[in-house]
Amino acid sequence: MASPSFVGLPRKMLPVTIDGQEVQAMEGTTILDACRRLGVDTPTLCTLETLTPVNVCRVCVVEVEGSRVLVPACSRKVEAGMKILTDSERVRHSRRLVLELLASSVDMSLCAPEVRGWMSRYGADADRFGPGAATVAQPVKIDNELYVRDYSRCILCYKCVEACGVDAQNTFAIGVAGRGFDAHISTEFTTPLPDSACVYCGNCIGVCPTGALMFKSEHDMRAAGTWDEAQQHVTETVCPYCGVGCMLELHVQDNSIVKVTSPLDHSVTSGHLCVKGRFGFEFVQRRGK
Amino acid sequence: MAAVDGVLGPPESLWEGGERTGADDHFARGGHAVRSKRDLLLPVLHGLQDEVGWISRGGLEYACRRLNVPPAEAYGVASFYDRFALGERGTFALYVCDDIACKCAGADEICAAVEAEHGSTGMAWYRSPCLGLCDRAPAALVERSGRPYRQTQLAPITKKQATAIMSRGLWEDLPTAVPQPQGKLLRRVGVVDPESIDSYRAAGGFGALRRALELGPEGVIREVTDAKLLGRGGAAFPTGRKWDAVARAPIRPHHLVCNADESEPGTFKDRVLMEGDPFAIVEAMTIAAIATGCEHGYLYVRTEYPLARARVENAVAQARAHGYLGEDVAGSGVRFDIEVRRGAGAYICGEETALFNSIEGKRGEPRNKPPFPVQAGLFGRPTLVNNVETLVNVLDIVGEGGAAFAATGTPDSTGTRLFCLSGHVRTPGVYEIPMGTTLRALIGLAGGLRDGRSLRAVLLGGAAGSFVTEKQLDVPLSFEGTRAIGATLGSGAVIVLDDTADIESILLRIARFFRHESCGQCVPCRVGTKRQEEILHRLLVERQTSHRSDDVALLADIAQAMRDASICGLGQTAASAIQSAVIHLKVLDG
Repeated sequence: MASPSFVGLPRKMLPVTIDGQEVQAMEGTTILDACRRLGVDTPTLCTLETLTPVNVCRVCVVEVEGSRVLVPACSRKVEAGMKILTDSERVRHSRRLVLELLASSVDMSLCAPEVRGWMSRYGADADRFGPGAATVAQPVKIDNELYVRDYSRCILCYKCVEACGVDAQNTFAIGVAGRGFDAHISTEFTTPLPDSACVYCGNCIGVCPTGALMFKSEHDMRAAGTWDEAQQHVTETVCPYCGVGCMLELHVQDNSIVKVTSPLDHSVTSGHLCVKGRFGFEFVQRRGK
Repeated sequence: MAAVDGVLGPPESLWEGGERTGADDHFARGGHAVRSKRDLLLPVLHGLQDEVGWISRGGLEYACRRLNVPPAEAYGVASFYDRFALGERGTFALYVCDDIACKCAGADEICAAVEAEHGSTGMAWYRSPCLGLCDRAPAALVERSGRPYRQTQLAPITKKQATAIMSRGLWEDLPTAVPQPQGKLLRRVGVVDPESIDSYRAAGGFGALRRALELGPEGVIREVTDAKLLGRGGAAFPTGRKWDAVARAPIRPHHLVCNADESEPGTFKDRVLMEGDPFAIVEAMTIAAIATGCEHGYLYVRTEYPLARARVENAVAQARAHGYLGEDVAGSGVRFDIEVRRGAGAYICGEETALFNSIEGKRGEPRNKPPFPVQAGLFGRPTLVNNVETLVNVLDIVGEGGAAFAATGTPDSTGTRLFCLSGHVRTPGVYEIPMGTTLRALIGLAGGLRDGRSLRAVLLGGAAGSFVTEKQLDVPLSFEGTRAIGATLGSGAVIVLDDTADIESILLRIARFFRHESCGQCVPCRVGTKRQEEILHRLLVERQTSHRSDDVALLADIAQAMRDASICGLGQTAASAIQSAVIHLKVLDG
């Protein structure tokens, strides 16, 4: 049973209308929360329950009556009497364009399957911008044995920077550098990770939605063509290293651990681990020792 | 290190990067006291850039040590701003403006001449977006790092002068004409000595402050509300309502920010005010602070305005020395002081929330609204942010009363307005006219077109504005008048283009401007401005013949998504001039 906790001051329920449907939404929650309660599927890329919303991807935009521009559902708090449209022509247009602009500049092939679903729902066609459209393509950065950074897959959702910073790890090894289309995630002066402040907790990998940040084991197996998610099973366990009690999900293929994650909704980890829990699994596989 | 210490003073302990002392082993220094210095990051980066001409890894890391900022974050900040160079380069740099007004005055030929003699851009010379010297186009800015650091605006500049400066690495100041006083806002410009507080006082200066102290905060806000003053920065928000909201905000302290990051291409009115009447800005900020309960004010001036910055810094120092700023403003018992901050080459920092981030020592990325600045602005506190021209209006409102002020102009757009005329007019410059005057009359004031020329279009509101044609010249210049024809007054930029203007080249420049100035935070603007530039290039430079109509439709699609889904005004207006040219000037037809 969950331990008792302070629930805060009583909060009002606010009436809002989403696509003509009346719904009561709790004060202080977002439009996205209300949409999800109603079962309105809303695309999101840069938002995650465990991180502060940055509302930069703009794929979740909705139309709010009285607002000149569209508003991001992920961060805009509900207000009493709000009239929200999630499938108007304007909303569909912007969502489609955002997906098209992203897909035309970034390799999104390793995104979650929902992303492909949204692309077809909104009729997004990344090839509309022609073959000469600039992309963020660049070589994969492999500078350590634990994880790789493939920024040609980076949609600049800021999640890794948040996880490395105040939202989880407080290490601040990476930040957003540059400006405009040249903006990118970087260490200071593009220093290789071993010379940076990185502590290899891998929490950036845990939040990356596009496969830009990846276990080296996964990267190598993909390169060799042996990565096969259908053949993998997940074993839940508790990290043996210290007494905190982090829950681990061991992704196992051919009786070898290929990747370690932790559930986002776990009360101890919120999906975050340390270097030992995330990467310290090799000893399990030294058979016969 | 010396450059960093020059800004921050010597380090006090090992914890801040100084020498080890015995006490350092026993006492840790850090925590909030150190973290709260984060907002000094930009001044420190300027210190490094001014002294060395670029920011080295060692310099940046020492700055991080002193300010307790993670190096990766500081690198992100430094690489955001145009002014900071992170690779080794020399101490001399020439920036040649090739933006719209300068383009009309032959900037491209200057760039070509410099390039022919000194190699492509990046070799100690750079093409620059608008330097705010459009009344004297073509313009350049030259700087030499070291001690003393020198930065000079040069306009108008000739091909010969530009190449000679590049060869010698030396320059002399060019003579500049003193602007003529006119109207109300500009009545002291060219009359008072901008470096002397006595001259300002002799011209009636600080009378409005005395009156404001008599009226009290509520009285001042009432007058400003009665005046129906609308913000002059571009968004036209009712100033009285903003002041009232800050004054009432329960969270303390309140902050005051004067936005002098005037970077909209074709806009230079705030520069003229700061250079010609800097004490008026100090006085107006003080009145605003008294009315809204602010104890600390920031005046954020773009880095491309060295003279304006020197003049306002001097004005603030003199006002402080004479007791108009500090612990006891003019003997009233109110505390208020002003800090001048220097921008670092980012158009986006004119957006108010990006400006807050910039003052806080962060990347100039706009914040999502709500919360609005009046609730949570600079350092998360209720903040009053006003443009220079808006604030200067307050002096007359307090002096003559809100109702008298509202008698000028139209019922919905009161007072006078400063317009920056540039491009193909006989006498470019700042002109002050009552709101509601027609565009035709305004162009007439500037001497009209040159002989034998006919009008092609007027770019109203700068790069974020829209093109207006001959047929629309009788539009009254008021907020409601321009809205009726789908245009905007914006920042007051009026770039007049006659039949010799190369509209296509101007459109490409506008597209390049927005691609370069987009902060990169949100997808519609980051990728949209890039695609907009690519498609225009395809249509206007490569003269692509197939799928033209598809590309024109694609431009419109991108425009709508940028307008609807971008976080801030930059993205929302990044396509407006180009779309208006497509519709009104038919540039992409056939």
